[in-house]
Amino acid sequence: MGAFLLRRLGAILPTLVFVSMLIFGLQQLLPGDPAQIMAGEETDPIVIAQIRAQYRLDQPIPLQYVAWVAGVLQGDLGESMRIKRPVFGLVMEKLPVTAQLAAMAMLIALTIGVTAGVVSAVLKDTVWDYVANILSLWGLSTPNFWLGIMMIFVFSVWLGWLPPSGYVSPREDLWASLISLLMPAFVLGNSISAIMMRHTRAAMLQVLNADYVRTARAKGLKERVVVIKHAFRNALTPIVTLGALEFGALLSGAVLTEQVFTVPGFGKLIVDAVFNRDYAVVQGVVLVTATAYITLNLMADIAYFLINPRMRT
Amino acid sequence: MSAAGPLSPARRAWLRLKRRRGAMFGGTVILTFVLLAIFAPWIAPYDPIATSWSLIRKAPSGAHWFGTDEVGRDVLARVIYGARASLSAGVISVGISIGLGVPIGLLAGYVGGWLDQLIGRMTDAMLACPFLILAIALAAFLGPSLGNAMIAIGVTATPIFIRLTRGQTLQVKMEDYVEAARAIGNPHLVIALRHILPNVLPPIMVQATLAIASAIIAEASLSFLGLGQQPPAPSWGSMLNTAQRFLTQAPWMAIWPGAAIFLAVLSFNLLGDGLRDALDPRER
Repeated sequence: MGAFLLRRLGAILPTLVFVSMLIFGLQQLLPGDPAQIMAGEETDPIVIAQIRAQYRLDQPIPLQYVAWVAGVLQGDLGESMRIKRPVFGLVMEKLPVTAQLAAMAMLIALTIGVTAGVVSAVLKDTVWDYVANILSLWGLSTPNFWLGIMMIFVFSVWLGWLPPSGYVSPREDLWASLISLLMPAFVLGNSISAIMMRHTRAAMLQVLNADYVRTARAKGLKERVVVIKHAFRNALTPIVTLGALEFGALLSGAVLTEQVFTVPGFGKLIVDAVFNRDYAVVQGVVLVTATAYITLNLMADIAYFLINPRMRT
Repeated sequence: MSAAGPLSPARRAWLRLKRRRGAMFGGTVILTFVLLAIFAPWIAPYDPIATSWSLIRKAPSGAHWFGTDEVGRDVLARVIYGARASLSAGVISVGISIGLGVPIGLLAGYVGGWLDQLIGRMTDAMLACPFLILAIALAAFLGPSLGNAMIAIGVTATPIFIRLTRGQTLQVKMEDYVEAARAIGNPHLVIALRHILPNVLPPIMVQATLAIASAIIAEASLSFLGLGQQPPAPSWGSMLNTAQRFLTQAPWMAIWPGAAIFLAVLSFNLLGDGLRDALDPRER
């Protein structure tokens, strides 16, 4: 376990370094004088000089980078030009909202995706398999902001069942909070469920042909027991690890979903920052999401290692 | 399966593809969209940016099949012209990804060693940033325009092609015919371009088709957020952005551009799936 962990951490470190270079490098893409652009509508030369000094824009790029990384390592992601607050605090404030949305979406995606995947694998080449495959194509091809708009039209405008937008914190009212995120979570979970369905179907098909499943059937066990206890439990490992990889898709989707339903999370933060030309916030959000993704992948790897005894040799 | 006969591999793949109804449906729809995009000025019933104060938010009718928008423009004409932005964004951004990703992947796989390590870590770093978030960040720093959106999407999708090409190259590199080409003294460049590249192309073609589907969604997403096609030029994504504000009064404004995105993306996905099965019969 120790050697495995060390090897994985050794691979992550250079990745993190490149991520930081990539995000820092974004700044170099700004056309013209970055200090001028970062100042936005402000034209006061004193303010611009201040920005230039604060971000060391008058120094060589490698020095700027080192100073930026040193700050990041201490939790200093810079300051929002717009609201004059540290980026780190802003990100941390929005994080729980997106986390709740992502968790609800993942729950929906797993419920629909895994069920559909198991059904289509067990009933391969039947009508059910067909229906499940069509559903997954639908999920993969529907832009989630369109689905969101259409759902608002049907469930809010037309039927009036659900609120079209807004967010209630679970600390205020847990039930209202779940209701407020129900449509966004479904929209976000929709595309992920299609991917989960495909993973589950492939994993199940593989184990359903395995010798131990044939043995279980030969023993005269009920088909339900064979499918759930023998096949599904073994298919679960790839489903879990591949599921962790969908975290990135979940965050990407959250940006649009939060925009459509005006949910004040991470995605709304980055979009608002883009419109306000608040570049430090954009960089901060990308950095935090990338770090979270890398950490989650590491955790999935460790989980895989712990679940799968064959890896321990 | 019948005897292969003297058919070339490409011809055999085409015959297999032709039998897949999904792929043929996808191909037909794509062809239709391409024709609509090219001949938009002749097909579209109205000028897509001509406003009319007497035609604001009119429901679909015989004169305006898809209705009109908030400044009286014909929605059908805008959907037809929107195909131009979406298709060109799909094709050009994937072109950028292939143009960058395939040579880099070929280099990493062929040369190996520290160069492969370096490229591998950089690819990991890019893949660690969620696709759309990185594309948004790139588009934001480059400045909002359709061209920059294509660059942002193309660059963000590059690592997928680097990985794929590298993996395929590693496999093909070990084949006997590559060994033979090396033994008779061909220079590295000739081996890589003449003997390895053609053999790694089929999976890249499959990936490219599926990548166009993602790129079309990505362009629509960026345009929806205001980072792609700029008004008044029509784009399906930006049409949806406006439509959301008039959902109660003019729901037809939201239905058609979204349906167009869905249909285009679905078609590329179907064609990609069909291509995969046709090019690699061992799958499934």
